[in-house]
Amino acid sequence: MADWRELYQDLILDHGRRPRNFRQPAGANRQAEGFNPLCGDRIQLYLKLENGVISDLGFQGSGCAISTASASLLTERLKGKTAEEAEAVFQKFHQLILRPEAAAPAEPDLGKLNALAGVAQFPTRIKCATLAWHTLHAALDAADAPVKVSTE
Amino acid sequence: MASSLLNPAARAQAAWDVTAVRRDFPALEQTVHGHPLVYLDNAATTQKPRPVLEKMLAFYQQDCGNIHRSIHQLGERATEAYEKARLRTQAFLGAGSAHEIVFVRGATEAINLVAQTFGRQRVGAGDRVLITELEHHSNIVPWQMLCEEKGAHLDVAPIDDAGELIWEEFIARLTPRTRLAAFAHVSNALGTVLPVRRMIEAAHAQNIPVLVDGAQAAPHLAVNVRELDADFYVFSGHKVYGPTGIGALYGKRELLEEMPPWQGGGDMIQSVSFARTIYNRVPYKFEAGTPHIAGAIGLKAALDYVSTLGLAAAGAHEDHLLRLGTERLGALPGLRLIGQAREKLGVLSFTLAGIHPHDVATLLDQQGIAVRAGHHCAQPVMEHFQVPATTRASLALYNTEAEIEALARGIEQVQKIFQ
Repeated sequence: MADWRELYQDLILDHGRRPRNFRQPAGANRQAEGFNPLCGDRIQLYLKLENGVISDLGFQGSGCAISTASASLLTERLKGKTAEEAEAVFQKFHQLILRPEAAAPAEPDLGKLNALAGVAQFPTRIKCATLAWHTLHAALDAADAPVKVSTE
Repeated sequence: MASSLLNPAARAQAAWDVTAVRRDFPALEQTVHGHPLVYLDNAATTQKPRPVLEKMLAFYQQDCGNIHRSIHQLGERATEAYEKARLRTQAFLGAGSAHEIVFVRGATEAINLVAQTFGRQRVGAGDRVLITELEHHSNIVPWQMLCEEKGAHLDVAPIDDAGELIWEEFIARLTPRTRLAAFAHVSNALGTVLPVRRMIEAAHAQNIPVLVDGAQAAPHLAVNVRELDADFYVFSGHKVYGPTGIGALYGKRELLEEMPPWQGGGDMIQSVSFARTIYNRVPYKFEAGTPHIAGAIGLKAALDYVSTLGLAAAGAHEDHLLRLGTERLGALPGLRLIGQAREKLGVLSFTLAGIHPHDVATLLDQQGIAVRAGHHCAQPVMEHFQVPATTRASLALYNTEAEIEALARGIEQVQKIFQ
């Protein structure tokens, strides 16, 4: 049986309460808005992309603890990564939260993001955890104009 | 205090044997995540009492034939049961005739039916349709679609910060170009009871016909469409302890007669040739295809069930729980009750400082407590109160004082985790 402690680990609660990089970075040149119409979660993700490297990134918006913590951990993990590396992290993160078995070994490439593994046991909350990541995709793909993505 | 000194509502509430009532609902006997289920999502859908389940099973086991066409015993039994359900629904709504009851999938389909037939006939370019700010999306979107198609304008009567309709604003929007008004009897997001009788009277004074969305009223209030003088009244079976996929549209007979059919097919016709089709009389002209026969039978069982228990007594019990919940939850630090209309029923909608409703709902579910988190298909209401979402606990006749206490303690537990 899924236990709430698997979902709401201290690290998640901390990032949900005090999100890191909760700002619009100076010189950001890519941005996208993510929206989950089912719960009203909304985030704005900003990237500063220089020579294919995410030199800075941040986000703003409002959401539940899971979506806020996921966005916060995303910004910490992807700073300094290339777009390709970010994509690889996204794929691994996706596998982490969609896997059916409860206790798979932690994925070293994901670092603190492993704390979100508990989401796999709460299917109704997967969209909360992935909102920032879909928004990241959109921001990386957005050449010029800001784009909007929706989980629905 | 001697019982004779209690007012009638208090007497009814005191006489409510909730333990006996709960025995009728098999779903309430389960545990969820190791805790006894506390089901407080009744505005979304209600649990079903045994008679509903038994009647539906019996239909499929013994009487399953198609209606209105089969010349055999099973078909006759099915037709009789289906039409008895229509008579029961007529009595439940206080309608003058069973011909005024159209079976549909639910309130949403009923509203779409009226918008696409009556609405299309009556509303033209430059005309106006009036709704309120409280409406569920199902009583917004069909009218937006109609207005877009016709080049008409949708007016919205606003609410105040208690969640009550602002009367003068409503009256001001009953214009000479208003062709139809549609509003909820009870708000699903806030529980506000709208003064529908006065609203209908005011609309009729301007010759404006009215549709009332009774989805949240039917489970709690004794409705009488003739006393209300509603032109259309709709509700869903599954919110009044019946099955999903069945509901009813009441329409005044002269209006239903004038309306064009909605969907074409079998049973809605009198005769078909390639040159010309003659439509069946009401209500059959609106019931194309094989309907949800078992659903209608289940709905009848549900309406029998609540009527036998008595909606007045059930309502008094629910009102008692609502007051208790308002007091108990209202005293929790950081909890803001959304919607505090003077006339209110069935709903405790709230936010917790610093905690998102989705997190609240997940953590309550872990304690066996089922509530709804989100915008409740009423995004304009959320916008009014400037919240993205709320947590909503909604009551039914089988809920108990202990469950209200479990909810309050559950919320305290959530607050502790998020401290």
